[in-house]
Amino acid sequence: MPLFLIPRDDIQVIDDSSSSDEPEIPTMEQQMNNLSVQDEPVASPVSEPRKQKKKKVLLMGKSGSGKSSMRSIIFSNYVAKDTRRLGATIDVDLSHVKFLGNLTLNLWDCGGQDAFMENYLSQQRQHVFSNVGVLIYVFDIESRDFDRDLLTYRSIITALSQFSPGASVYILIHKMDLVVPNQREDIYNDRVALIQSKSDSFNATPFATSIWDQSLYKAWAEIIHDLVPNLDQIEKDLGNLGKIIMAEEILLFERSSFLVVSSWASDIGKLNPTTDRFERLSNIIKNFKQTTSRYTGTPKSAEQFNLLELKLQTFSLFIQKFTTNTYLAVVLPPGETTFNCAQLNCALARSQFEDLDSPPKRSADRGATASGEASAV
Amino acid sequence: MENRAIAQKKDAATAPAPAPGPAAKGKPRLLLMGQRRSGKSSISSVVFHKMPPNETLFLESTARVQKDSMHSFMDFQVWDFPGQLDFLDPTFDLDAIFGEIGALIWVIDAQDEYLEAVNRLNSTILNLQPNYPNVNVEVFIHKVDGLSDDYKLDIQRDIMQRIQDELSDNGIENAPINFHLTSIYNHSIFEAFSKVIQKLIPHLPTLEAMLNNLCRANGFEKAYLFDVLSKIYIATDSSPVDMPSYEICSDYIDVIVDISEIYGWARPQSYIEYLEGPPWNHKLEDQVACKDAESCIVLSDGRRPIMLREVNKYLALVMVGKEGSYSQMAMITENVGTIVGGLLKAFEITKARK
Repeated sequence: MPLFLIPRDDIQVIDDSSSSDEPEIPTMEQQMNNLSVQDEPVASPVSEPRKQKKKKVLLMGKSGSGKSSMRSIIFSNYVAKDTRRLGATIDVDLSHVKFLGNLTLNLWDCGGQDAFMENYLSQQRQHVFSNVGVLIYVFDIESRDFDRDLLTYRSIITALSQFSPGASVYILIHKMDLVVPNQREDIYNDRVALIQSKSDSFNATPFATSIWDQSLYKAWAEIIHDLVPNLDQIEKDLGNLGKIIMAEEILLFERSSFLVVSSWASDIGKLNPTTDRFERLSNIIKNFKQTTSRYTGTPKSAEQFNLLELKLQTFSLFIQKFTTNTYLAVVLPPGETTFNCAQLNCALARSQFEDLDSPPKRSADRGATASGEASAV
Repeated sequence: MENRAIAQKKDAATAPAPAPGPAAKGKPRLLLMGQRRSGKSSISSVVFHKMPPNETLFLESTARVQKDSMHSFMDFQVWDFPGQLDFLDPTFDLDAIFGEIGALIWVIDAQDEYLEAVNRLNSTILNLQPNYPNVNVEVFIHKVDGLSDDYKLDIQRDIMQRIQDELSDNGIENAPINFHLTSIYNHSIFEAFSKVIQKLIPHLPTLEAMLNNLCRANGFEKAYLFDVLSKIYIATDSSPVDMPSYEICSDYIDVIVDISEIYGWARPQSYIEYLEGPPWNHKLEDQVACKDAESCIVLSDGRRPIMLREVNKYLALVMVGKEGSYSQMAMITENVGTIVGGLLKAFEITKARK
């Protein structure tokens, strides 16, 4: 994996005009950015609101705990097996991940070797820990010296409370697949209790993850969920849409990572016994995207399909390309009529959701009209 | 479709049980033979028991003949022979082993010294030829992942040469022997098995003709009739099989099965009654257009649709459409429905004969 030590303060420029610079930037970051570059030809050139939007997401943890691996899987369309190719991260690996158009994640993948850690905590202390939105701290469950990990975590938390007391903290207990299944819960609870006792005033949200199953998607979907600014509005709109088309469940996926950004379920949909269905769907579709990309010969990050329909005796489902950066999945009761109506209505509602992909200033009065328009059909 | 998902689960749970004894007569038999550690058990676990390929590392070596009965569109048995077993020993009842054989699959480890394997295969064929001249011998040149394309072909050529020389020295010409390059880490093993199984289907030409018609009438690029459980295709149209389209079709089945597992739970009765009430006033069965699973995905690249249609509990038809044909979906669905009816009839006829 190439390294990026170039300071990237000029990131706004790329969105607007000078996409000619793009090819010079090495692969990985390019992969992440090029998705959104073409989507947003007229993104507001005003840099003021944009600057505010940039939240710093720190990804930290001991060396070899799997930070870069999970980042590559979630944001760069790697499959779990490909992560073997990744080398150690040197210093800080900066990437700007565009998410839903107007939300740029300023992701700092911090190399975890002791020398780097000391550096972050001393010389670069202010540089690294100021203006942090989210800290994601990865613990390796297999770690031999957990006490030491805790100590490092403790100093990181201290530094964070000094410069960004308002940040939210997530702890991922990673590589859970390496633990015998019947011991997983005990060990996990054990570790979490210890870590939380060391988290000071921060309310650390714990997740058990592994790159080999869907648990990774669950954790990241929730982290992302907290970062999307106008989420209440989106959820309300989805609910309105869902009621009109009589859906059982509606999910909104982000296009490149296929994480569930927002969801709504009817009273019936809530009864679904499969509780991990969001992350399972993300996992299924992301894996299938690998196959389609091999088949069509297009890059993995490119958009792979426009529409998926499935009609069964017990339910129907479609996943369609929705706004520029999202896919919409709708689960419906069976029946041709319901299905076709719902598809038409969703296509009509599309324009009302477009503000997901544009700067937030216009979003004020948008959502309410979504329902009105759709019901007209 | 969710029936199928359940059936699949059940089957996975029950499949490793010992095969029924004499009752299992009349089913074609696939014999897996070869040197020890050549990968026979791994093949049968991956193809018939859905084991992830990397877990086959932990398989114990097979100590006795492992008989698996597969219940699918056609019942057949898979016998996994231990490599060290010398079944040409007179104490073995050859007729019991080879009597109802459908195909003999000989697995050769391409990453190992294969001379001895080739010699044993030769002596086996020579022993079988007098009594069972019609046995299909399928040679799987296995573990070819990681070998370069040139090297693969070299090995295949070498093995073919050695076997044919030996056979013609003994006066046997045109023995039915086929060669396949396989690996459990990609789809090649499924492809090879597809070809083996297809030889066991008596009405294959009929099925193929129907699929040909379907492809011609709707402008499909490719159509596969899949066994859902094993992902083996039992028939396809006459255009050449290319791996990418086979892969995407077989993976698409996975997607559909997985999604139906997530959302195919039993809805409460009151909800169903509500759905059947006003304003529709129809039974749910009448509200759906087709009582089997139907699915379609439109790829962004060239807007090419891939369609899936459930045929029966075990089979599914997967088709790759030509660019932009999504707009003619209504007509295509109708045509596919007709073909599915025809396929079912063909299967019905062969069943009656048994």
